[in-house]
Amino acid sequence: MSAHPARHKPPRIGDAPGVRRALIGFVLVFGALFVLSPLLVIFVQAFSLGLGHFGAVITHPDTRHAIYLTVLTALIAVPLNTAFGIAAAWAMTKFDFWGRRFLLVVIEIPFSVSPIVAGVAYLFVYGLQGLFGPTFQSAGVQVLFALPGIVLASMFVTAPFVARELIPLMQAQGRDLEEAATSLGASGWRTFFSVTLPNIRWALLYGVVLCNARVMGEFGAVSVVSGKIRGQTNTLPLQVELLYNDFSRAGAVGAFAAASILTVLALVTIVAKVLLERRGAGRAGRPALAVPQNIVQETTR
Amino acid sequence: MKISLDKVVKTFDTFRAVHGVSLEIGSGELVALLGPSGSGKTTILRMVAGLEYADEGQIFFGAEDATDIPVRERGVGFVFQHYALFPHMTVAENVAFGMKVSKVKRTKAAIDARVADLLRLVKLDGLGNRFPTQISGGQRQRVALARALAVDPKVLLLDEPFGALDANVRRDLRRWLREIHEELGITTLFVTHDQEEALDLADRVVILDQGRIVQQGTPEEVCRNPNSAFVMKFLGDANRLDGIASNGKADIGGIIIDADGVADGPVELLARPVDLGWATSGKGIAATVLRVIDRPEGRRILASTHDSVAVEIDVPADTPVRARDSGFITVLRGNVFPRREHR
Repeated sequence: MSAHPARHKPPRIGDAPGVRRALIGFVLVFGALFVLSPLLVIFVQAFSLGLGHFGAVITHPDTRHAIYLTVLTALIAVPLNTAFGIAAAWAMTKFDFWGRRFLLVVIEIPFSVSPIVAGVAYLFVYGLQGLFGPTFQSAGVQVLFALPGIVLASMFVTAPFVARELIPLMQAQGRDLEEAATSLGASGWRTFFSVTLPNIRWALLYGVVLCNARVMGEFGAVSVVSGKIRGQTNTLPLQVELLYNDFSRAGAVGAFAAASILTVLALVTIVAKVLLERRGAGRAGRPALAVPQNIVQETTR
Repeated sequence: MKISLDKVVKTFDTFRAVHGVSLEIGSGELVALLGPSGSGKTTILRMVAGLEYADEGQIFFGAEDATDIPVRERGVGFVFQHYALFPHMTVAENVAFGMKVSKVKRTKAAIDARVADLLRLVKLDGLGNRFPTQISGGQRQRVALARALAVDPKVLLLDEPFGALDANVRRDLRRWLREIHEELGITTLFVTHDQEEALDLADRVVILDQGRIVQQGTPEEVCRNPNSAFVMKFLGDANRLDGIASNGKADIGGIIIDADGVADGPVELLARPVDLGWATSGKGIAATVLRVIDRPEGRRILASTHDSVAVEIDVPADTPVRARDSGFITVLRGNVFPRREHR
């Protein structure tokens, strides 16, 4: 078929030019159509009634409160889940205990459960007819339809993020480094801060970034427990929906304006994620921090 | 410092790794724990370090009962098989780590001076600013040793220290560790599954099998007077020939060998390839040569007796022998042990 049949290499499997072009073309078109264009529409729509309208929506007290509430939720939920993730990963990779595998499955549950189910479950646990509802009520603490409920629901949904990033890495690193530090006289805290943390920091940051993105964007679970009170318990994603449901041109544009803020937050997250992945892979800065030095451990007992 | 273990037991879940081991390591002694995988040698080392707690028994450092002293306060230097260097710290920072976290406060200048001394001792001066990933495996293990020595440990513990290195580096490091030991005189216990390494390096070798000590002694003692077929086989190539003992004599395929103190009954003769000879005529066990292997130091005959037992014999390089020759195996030396049928 070609002028030099002897020099023509047979194509690798799936490497025929037709297949290649079709596949790449399909992915590009699909990506542009289903991922990129909606993002562009958000920004186009957000500014469609001019910069002034955009500014008015963003600075509207309800929107400002929604942004404030979203950021506040993230500021509480992300550190708590980070601490939980580190503790869980540490417990599961450095200790042997009964129920370890079970705990591993439990931590993953929020990934597979629909957020709305989580929200409803929280209603039943903390609601007035729920398990702890009356207790909190008599103590004067309002959990549901208030900040605590929003934070709790967000935390449930994002509980696995940090732990899932850390567990495989810490498993590969084994216990040798901590044992070495302790045998040299380091305390538990010292070992954690001088030895463990520096070796997991990129994976940890990556987990935190993902966790943060999800907390800020969470809709389902939060919409159930927040009560969606305008200017009081509406987070940014809920505010987007509320504005959109105004059924007016101005309302829809307002929804897009609010959504554009969420989108910008997401884009910042993605860029941070890409940068962290590069650091984690040891392509920049100090050499190969996240690369486990000792995959084989405890060969003999 | 003298270390003693008294009837130490360790069980993991249902697996008993160490069965009541008692052992004394004299002050300044260099002792090897030698055994196959699963013999409990690493577990014993980790219990001495305090990285694993003994379920029963006691461990003494000198006269002090150290059984319940946590690893952090036990004052041991531990060297891991895979080095366990802190990858985010330079070589110098690794060595300084123990001094920095110590309760004994040192000035930065004192720490720097000690790090420089230690790096000189392990022949790595000038590499202090490198990261562990930027040096070779042998160099990493030397950093690990310097790091362990920096805290002035009472005892130095090494877990398969050369296991991850290639053969040449391993031999050099062995000699070098011996020199350091002679220079510092620190009590040292190391684990290995490599009999050559244990015999090469240690004052005394403790041989373990299935969580028990089977024999201990100087390399000479365990090599010349192995007390069991297991020790004999574990220390090196050994041929096994079956026979029958009666009245202090063993009959091995027609050859009569002294077997003082061996009970009458089925026995096995274990003999190194160099303990056997090859003759074209005369007395011996009839055999056929399968293959002749030539090596720098001599010639090895792979032969098969008429009972189809494979035998390896080392002979001088100029011995005239070829594949398919028939001849006789002679026994120059050997150890006779009672035969256990399940082995």
